[in-house]
Amino acid sequence: MPGVAVYESAFNELEPALKKAGPAWVHDLRRTGLDHFRALGFPSLREEDWRFTRTRPIAEVDFRPAPGGAAQDAARIASLTFDDGACLRLVLVNGRVLAPTPRSLPKGVWIGSLAVALAERGDRVQALIARGVDLEQQRFAALNTAFLSDGVFIDIADGAVVEQTVHIVHVTVPGETPAMTHPRLLVAVGRNAEVNLIESHVTTAEGGYFTNSVSEFVCGENASLHHVKVQRESARAFHIAMQHATLSANSRFSTLGVTMGGALVRNDVHTILAGPGIDARVDGLYVAGERQHVDNHTFIRHAQPHCHSFELYKGVLDGHARGVFNGRIYVDPVAQKTDAKQENNCMLLSDHARINSNPQLEIFADDVKCTHGAAIGKTDDDALFYLRSRGIPVGDARDLMVYAFASEVLERITTEPLKHRLEDDLFAWLENARLARTAAR
Amino acid sequence: MLEIRNLHARVDEKEILKGVNLVVKPGEVHAIMGPNGSGKSTLAQVLAGRDTFDVTEGDILINGESVMELSPEERAAKGVFLAFQYPVEIPGVRNSYFLKTALNALRKARGEKELDAMDFLKLIKERMKVLKIDESFMNRSVNEGFSGGEKKRNEILQMAILDPRICIMDETDSGLDIDALRIVASGVNALRGPERGMVVITHYQRLLNYIVPDIVHVFVDGRIIKTGGKELALELEKEGYTEVAR
Repeated sequence: MPGVAVYESAFNELEPALKKAGPAWVHDLRRTGLDHFRALGFPSLREEDWRFTRTRPIAEVDFRPAPGGAAQDAARIASLTFDDGACLRLVLVNGRVLAPTPRSLPKGVWIGSLAVALAERGDRVQALIARGVDLEQQRFAALNTAFLSDGVFIDIADGAVVEQTVHIVHVTVPGETPAMTHPRLLVAVGRNAEVNLIESHVTTAEGGYFTNSVSEFVCGENASLHHVKVQRESARAFHIAMQHATLSANSRFSTLGVTMGGALVRNDVHTILAGPGIDARVDGLYVAGERQHVDNHTFIRHAQPHCHSFELYKGVLDGHARGVFNGRIYVDPVAQKTDAKQENNCMLLSDHARINSNPQLEIFADDVKCTHGAAIGKTDDDALFYLRSRGIPVGDARDLMVYAFASEVLERITTEPLKHRLEDDLFAWLENARLARTAAR
Repeated sequence: MLEIRNLHARVDEKEILKGVNLVVKPGEVHAIMGPNGSGKSTLAQVLAGRDTFDVTEGDILINGESVMELSPEERAAKGVFLAFQYPVEIPGVRNSYFLKTALNALRKARGEKELDAMDFLKLIKERMKVLKIDESFMNRSVNEGFSGGEKKRNEILQMAILDPRICIMDETDSGLDIDALRIVASGVNALRGPERGMVVITHYQRLLNYIVPDIVHVFVDGRIIKTGGKELALELEKEGYTEVAR
């Protein structure tokens, strides 16, 4: 029973329970989501946006909604993510928020389970949800919406500042049968408000499952939102994520996505600069080996003048891994004085690894500065010889260079324990990849 | 200490080294002078183990042992150090991390105890002082955005830290103004010692006013064509390579 039917039957089974969860408009929205997903179906390679990414491996599996999972203690969370003691933590297990909503939040700040928010402040959620994402076009966002039940809602009132970094941990506990989760993250940052956010996607065991997440960010005037997403799903997992940010005048926004896990990964990162004077950064690092497939599609729209966007994506591919980068920048006719810079660089560690890199600049204003660059390479022989001539063994020298290449993205992470954890993990990954290559020889 | 026997090397089909013979004893400083394109830099790279060149004939011995089959890192462990003409920039690798990794790799290869962060810091601070290197140097990426003089000083700093037996300096003076040249030369002179052999490769006689060699070789067209004392350098400066080569 492959394809769309899997999701229809799961929906029908769940519907009586779903209906009871949240106000009536939510269920109408779910039905709309399901209708659009049914109409769109799984993408084919003939679609421009999916021409390098085959979703058949997902469509072929009979995924069931994930059952509730056991709570994970703080030590376990730290070992799966990082030492986040200084953060305000929210844990979701198999898509459901388990821990109670954190208390003692600053005035005007609401952070907690989306299910609770639907019950307690449904009107507020209704005003914000599914506004940016286009359910008619974005099939996986439509699918996520069809199963909308829990996730995280963050609502920061005008002028409120959240001092602590918020850490949202998505834990999947794989079971006997392949399970799916459709987590939703909804973040509204008011005028002059500020928040820093870290999103972790982890698993307790290697297993096959499907995470289909949607994140929606709305930034008010002169607001500040800094977001880091770290994805380390199981090596057999599918991870599809749609992220949509709508930014108002003079806001400061950054998003940085680190992809380490997953068999098949697709990230859509859409950032709409809807007011003048915005400063936006969209960065990413993907590290993949074996037969991992990582597809990053970014879209930055300069809809207003005097905005600055900077985008840096870096990839390290080993084994038979395949990377796809599509970076679209659209500059509206009114968006004069736009300053947009995009860079995508990828390092291939094996002869079998591949990357398709496609910058896509559509500029309709005449007084703008837009640049893009893509570089694909192997380790530089001159630098390698330099390191070796100082006594550093060839394997270590090569690792050091790849590490240095990738660390440019990690350097931007301001949460030190997370940065250090990722640096350690990157080193370990490089060492393992090297040992695997040596063993294969 | 270093012995080069009838060394021939080529790139693709082009022969660059055409039978180089050289013996450097401990404590000696040799200068190799020659015009551009004569193969001096190739000799330096081949000594350090660069595999872009094919050695077709001859041998390189360190303390009587052939190093022909050894990798660059193994040669470094035997005490070979090449100060590069064009030090490579490595963005993202901090200078201090690079130096510590290199030093500990060498110590490990030589069966010595690796240095911890404290001991390393002490060592490096002391050596940086001698070379008048600012401490902020250590936190910058290896050679990235360094001026010509800073790059060359960084080479000498590495030499001072890694404590090699045989130092090959490839055009260490190129791109240096006179003040930087003095600092670099005094750094090199501080490293002269009875245990260490040095080969200074240069195009200009100027450097040899500051690093006074024991022996000068004239290198033309892939070979040493003349050997003499330090006065040979002055002769070269006056007469030119063509005259001396005659």
